[in-house]
Amino acid sequence: MWGSNAREAHPIFFHHLMKGLNNGAQMFAVDPRRTSSAKFADVWLGLEVGSDIALANTIGREIIDAGLVNTDFVAHSTAGFEQYKASVEAYTLERGEALTGVPSGAIRELAHSYARADRAQILWTLGITEHHNAVDNVFALCNLALLTGHIGRWGSGLVPLRGQNNVQGGGDMGALPNKLPGFQNVDDRDALGRFADVYGVDLNPVPGKHLTHMFEAMESGELTCAYIVGENPADSEANTSHVRKLLSELDCLIVQDIFLTRTAELADVVLPASVAWAESSGTVTSSERRVQRCHQAVEAPEGARDDIEILADLARRLGYDWGTTSPQELWDELRSLSPPHAGMSWERLEAEGGLQWPCPSTDHPGSPFLHGWLWEDDLAGRAPAPFTAVEAAGPLDRLTDEFPLRLTTGRALDSYNTGVLSGSFNSPIRYGDEIDVHPADAERLGIADGELVRVVSPRGAVDLGVRIQPDLVPGLTFTTFHFPELADSNLLTNDAYDARSGTSEFKAASIRIERIGDCDG
Amino acid sequence: MNNSSVTITIDGETVEVDVGRTILDGCRSAGVDTPTLCHGDNLTPSNVCRVCVVEVEGSRTLVPSCSRPAEEGMVVATDSERVRHSRKMVLEFLGSAVDVSQARDVDHDSDLSVWSDHYGADPTRYGDQVAKSSAPLKREDDLYVRDYDKCVLCYKCVEACGDDAQHTFAIAVSGRGFDAHISTEFDAALPDSACVYCGNCVAVCPTGALQFTTEFDLRKAADWRPEDQHVARTVCSYCGVGCNLELHVQDNTIVKVTSPSDHDVTSGMLCIKGRFGWQYVQPRF
Amino acid sequence: MADLYISSDVASEGEMAAVAVVLGPDDDALVVEHERVVRGGTRRRHARRNLLLPALHALQNHAGWISPGGLNHVCERLQVPPAEAYGVATFYDLFRTTDPGNREAVTHVCVDGACQMSGANELLAELEAGGARVHASPCLGQCERAPATFVQGLAGPDLVPADSLPYTIPQQGDASLRLLRRIGVVDPTDIDSYRHNGGFAALERARELGPTELVQLVTDSGLSGRGGAAFPTGVKWAAVRAEVDTGRSAHVVANADESEPGTFKDRVLIENDPFSLVEALLIAGYATGATHGWIYIRGEYPLATARLEKAVAEARTGGLLGANALGEGHNFDITIRRGAGAYVCGEETALFNSIEGFRGEPRNKPPFPTTHGLFGEPTAINNPETLVNVLHLLTSGISEYRTQGTERSPATKLFCLSGAVLTPGLYEAPFGITLGELLEMAGGVRGDLRAVLMGGAAGSFVDRSFLDMALTLEDTQKRGTTLGSGVVMVFNTEDDIVAAVSRIAEFFRDESCGQCVPCRIGTQRQHEIVGAGVLDAKHIGLIDEMAAAMRDASICGLGHTASNAVQSAIRLGLIGAGK
Ligand SMILES: Cc1cc2nc3c(=O)[nH]c(=O)nc-3n(C[C@H](O)[C@H](O)[C@H](O)COP(=O)(O)O)c2cc1C
Ligand code: SF4
Ligand code: SF4
Ligand code: SF4
Ligand code: FES
Ligand code: FES
Repeated sequence: MWGSNAREAHPIFFHHLMKGLNNGAQMFAVDPRRTSSAKFADVWLGLEVGSDIALANTIGREIIDAGLVNTDFVAHSTAGFEQYKASVEAYTLERGEALTGVPSGAIRELAHSYARADRAQILWTLGITEHHNAVDNVFALCNLALLTGHIGRWGSGLVPLRGQNNVQGGGDMGALPNKLPGFQNVDDRDALGRFADVYGVDLNPVPGKHLTHMFEAMESGELTCAYIVGENPADSEANTSHVRKLLSELDCLIVQDIFLTRTAELADVVLPASVAWAESSGTVTSSERRVQRCHQAVEAPEGARDDIEILADLARRLGYDWGTTSPQELWDELRSLSPPHAGMSWERLEAEGGLQWPCPSTDHPGSPFLHGWLWEDDLAGRAPAPFTAVEAAGPLDRLTDEFPLRLTTGRALDSYNTGVLSGSFNSPIRYGDEIDVHPADAERLGIADGELVRVVSPRGAVDLGVRIQPDLVPGLTFTTFHFPELADSNLLTNDAYDARSGTSEFKAASIRIERIGDCDG
Repeated sequence: MNNSSVTITIDGETVEVDVGRTILDGCRSAGVDTPTLCHGDNLTPSNVCRVCVVEVEGSRTLVPSCSRPAEEGMVVATDSERVRHSRKMVLEFLGSAVDVSQARDVDHDSDLSVWSDHYGADPTRYGDQVAKSSAPLKREDDLYVRDYDKCVLCYKCVEACGDDAQHTFAIAVSGRGFDAHISTEFDAALPDSACVYCGNCVAVCPTGALQFTTEFDLRKAADWRPEDQHVARTVCSYCGVGCNLELHVQDNTIVKVTSPSDHDVTSGMLCIKGRFGWQYVQPRF
Repeated sequence: MADLYISSDVASEGEMAAVAVVLGPDDDALVVEHERVVRGGTRRRHARRNLLLPALHALQNHAGWISPGGLNHVCERLQVPPAEAYGVATFYDLFRTTDPGNREAVTHVCVDGACQMSGANELLAELEAGGARVHASPCLGQCERAPATFVQGLAGPDLVPADSLPYTIPQQGDASLRLLRRIGVVDPTDIDSYRHNGGFAALERARELGPTELVQLVTDSGLSGRGGAAFPTGVKWAAVRAEVDTGRSAHVVANADESEPGTFKDRVLIENDPFSLVEALLIAGYATGATHGWIYIRGEYPLATARLEKAVAEARTGGLLGANALGEGHNFDITIRRGAGAYVCGEETALFNSIEGFRGEPRNKPPFPTTHGLFGEPTAINNPETLVNVLHLLTSGISEYRTQGTERSPATKLFCLSGAVLTPGLYEAPFGITLGELLEMAGGVRGDLRAVLMGGAAGSFVDRSFLDMALTLEDTQKRGTTLGSGVVMVFNTEDDIVAAVSRIAEFFRDESCGQCVPCRIGTQRQHEIVGAGVLDAKHIGLIDEMAAAMRDASICGLGHTASNAVQSAIRLGLIGAGK
């Protein structure tokens, strides 16, 4: 489990993991913090923030060096092994220890246990992806699975855990700048043509922009109008003060949401929406590609309307009549256009309690795991899976005398993202966004548990209460970001992002902590 | 018969049961009604309530059907005099010691009193001088109410909080004998314990000893109307795990959230966000 | 494996030091190997959990109670959730979880049968009036020297005042004895003395035979369990052997919890001849192929525990225990665990849970201990008297062994005589001796015989019409009573038998683990009815109805037998309508 605190962020997934542990599975936790998930591990490896690639490459080298590569699998199913091998050559155990801070013995143990296991999975979340080099991080882990053949088989694999209930579904439905539903490319003329036929309009083949690119485009003046549905970037994006400024300078901002969020407060037009999963019906797709149905439970309050209705109405005003748009009709339309969903009839989804794509035909049982093709004799006619050599690159925010402490961020069990939703109930176990500080650092800085301090990063400053936390390593601090109205932690975080994924480096900022008494006086 | 199933006789009928399944499973496939109380299909059988006992030929004592795996050739009687007597006594004992007014046979989705009537249990036979469980009502936060006067000590909440699901172990059985009860360490208030408010204990409690505040308050106001409620199945709006929720709705208001115990993803268990995070749909405070 | 949530209470230095004595100075459920490497996990926790009970003993002894800070400390070291540890601590009679407010040793006074009839309640009141911290206790296993007391120490050893007096058994020096032969002859603290008195000859003989023949011999001998259930020992051993032959690791356990009211035989045996139990356990390990031997001894037996600890240590020093102790590749060692005041922990599966660090709640059977015993592994559990029988069987051979007793009940039995006899004490007699003859051995009845409680609280009352009953498994069963653990507690016409019966009902109420409904509530209701003193036909009908359900639907033997004595007392007219 790498860079994931599923015990708090994905609790019911963690139930399944604990069943595995009870049945004798071994768990290694790789995380800068000894999180509540890491406390269940046989071994916790507390690597330096942002040294993930160094660790992965060291593990890769050790697997190769110790002769533990699954050579048949590598020969049959992968490409680029030699380049990969050369690329990790420099990552000796000693260098790995120097780069990650983790003793080489533990790295070696992890490498050997992973390689020797009958079945092994690597699970990760935002600890891997909220970095400026997120995509490289993911490649580094994929390489390990390819080395050992822990992929494409029952009980093995690579498991990225999705943070939101339908972020997978959003992507599946083409809510990505370069994709059509079913992961067909926007610039694939044939695919686009099929959509154009069904929709009865010509479609633009030029890929759009990532969220982070959009903010750049706002900054350069290229983008002047935004229509934001169900997102709260004014609170959730890194470096929020900058984001708020950009949003408020737009010519036109339309926000469709169930709340008057901070983003909505900046909008020219607000379209009140109903709550998708309780006040209307449809489908969502979970982290394991499982499409499941939602059923309306309650009537929406006066004035709030179903997202589909709002969109259809907007289309009508713009001169397109979509006719009736029931969730089932839209779903059937999707099935006709997206091959992986073709077999998921509305009735099957209901009767079978959800199906995992790909499910190409109505007699297909759905697919609990992908990449089984890697084990087929002819690789199902596909090209072998490529290794991708990647180099370690630490966080952009370097530690300096001015900003000597590392700040990383995460989630708490009872809260969720910016807290707009989870703030609605009175959780008995909630504490606010505080800054966790190692006892040794606290002592050095002369700060006490509960004391209010000023946390300063190169981008901003925030006042936070201190929580002394021995589960950190010295030099590392941590905060959640669930209560922006109380403390804007994301004012501190780095908005530098990975050009390929568009995700910002929430996980690694450099900061200093000032005693408030000191700066006032 | 094949290797994956065994054949047993229940009340004279021949029944095939998959290997590893229990006598209770056999009863169900044979259409033989068997009361249960401490059993839950998403929990390891604690086999403590003993209301499901049956007579198995060759066994000196009665056997808990909920936990005993069926074995080839077993001859089971579920309605013998001995069985009826023990079931009656168990229900009578419980009625004499605990407030079972809200206790349910969850497997049958019926009130436990249906069985008490069926077997002719009469808890008043012991007189009114007898010891009863007496514990103060605990209302320590905005989410739960704990009323252990209703607790039959079925162990389900302990299992759900412990290694059958949540692995938090905030509550356990303490004390011994008639004084045994569910407790945190040194009876600490729940917010000061390991409790993470997943609500899984409340969800599995068959007696109303553990209740969500929403339900408790409506009951107290005599406004809990199951007959006017409908249940909509949907998916949790928080993380990507995809837990299914059952929203219990009364008067267009969500009054309780559960999860289907037979769902692959949840086995009936949720986390605090799925269990209580719905309140933004209708803010309560 | 759990989210450990530790409250802010912290242990005192003294508590930590006391815990360190049993857990060692280092933590190995959680090892902080480096600032960035911590080892924990399920396996480590499981491996350490069985130290919970000894750690709780250490806390209780140090402070006179188990404080929140002390409990937290133990929980952190063993990575046990505090709620679970609290559940365990509150299960046992010897543990307190509230601050007693003072720092004194506690004197436990037995208020069961034999002691109850010998002025125990008066003694209790007297001590209390004298300002002592007292506790009314169930049978302390010293029924022959009633009224019995036990002093639970504070920051010092526990002690039994009567242990300072010289101890003899009535048959001392009788050369025809088998089980008690060495008692009073051998020095219980010296392994050489044991050797000089024939010790370890049986072990040698066992190793000549080899495991297979040894198991066969035990089966053929007809030896049956002396713990109460009289299960054939050879069958049990053979079953464990079969599991070991499939590659599983196994345990042998000596069940010295001895808490059945009226029973004190294992104490006398262990105090005076501890090496015999060690030798017998070695033989059981050899026969079954087990690598771990455990002795679970009740917490109120400080002398027996000390002697046993010394015996095990000497055996280890002498190379009898440890690596390859039972031949090339057959390691064997013995661990002693103290109970903490819970009758139900003598039930074999409850005993396993107790050792493992869980509440001493019996498990549903099947599966049986021979396949799923201690730590889920195959286990042969026997009473010490059962085990020690094997020594004589081996040294004298099967035909000699079977010269005494009957076909179905071969050899001899230990009988614990207490109450209204002239010479209470432990007697060894061949199966088949009549009840009348046995009472005569003990000097006859003091006063006029009213009733005899056979087999303990879980047994039943008989009256003078049973004096001709042969004491064998088959005859007692035929006459509707039991030998149980060998209790023969005698009541004369002066004794308040109604109080005795009521106390038995109370005993079961107190000692029920509380797990299953028929026993938890049934024992409570039974005590309420019997204790009220008036028993009309309606009450008696109700008692019979309750008894049927407890016998049929309870999980373990405690519930199954909780009505035996009460119902027999009604049948004999000792209480109720006939009275
Ligand atoms: C409530 C209860 C208490 C028991 N206590 C003891 C005991 O103290 N010592 C003992 O040897 N057996 C005791 N037993 C019996 C054990 O469960 C088990 O049958 C016995 O240890 C097996 O050993 P044996 O075959 O040598 O008799 C008890 C049983 C019950 C139900
Ligand atoms: S609180 Fe409910 S679930 Fe828990 S033991 Fe009592 S009745 Fe069972
Ligand atoms: S209930 Fe918890 S684990 Fe399940 S989807 Fe909701 S937030 Fe995720
Ligand atoms: S019969 Fe009594 S002692 Fe035995 S398990 Fe049941 S409640 Fe516990
Ligand atoms: S339902 Fe079987 S014992 Fe409770
Ligand atoms: S010690 Fe008192 S009855 Fe046994």
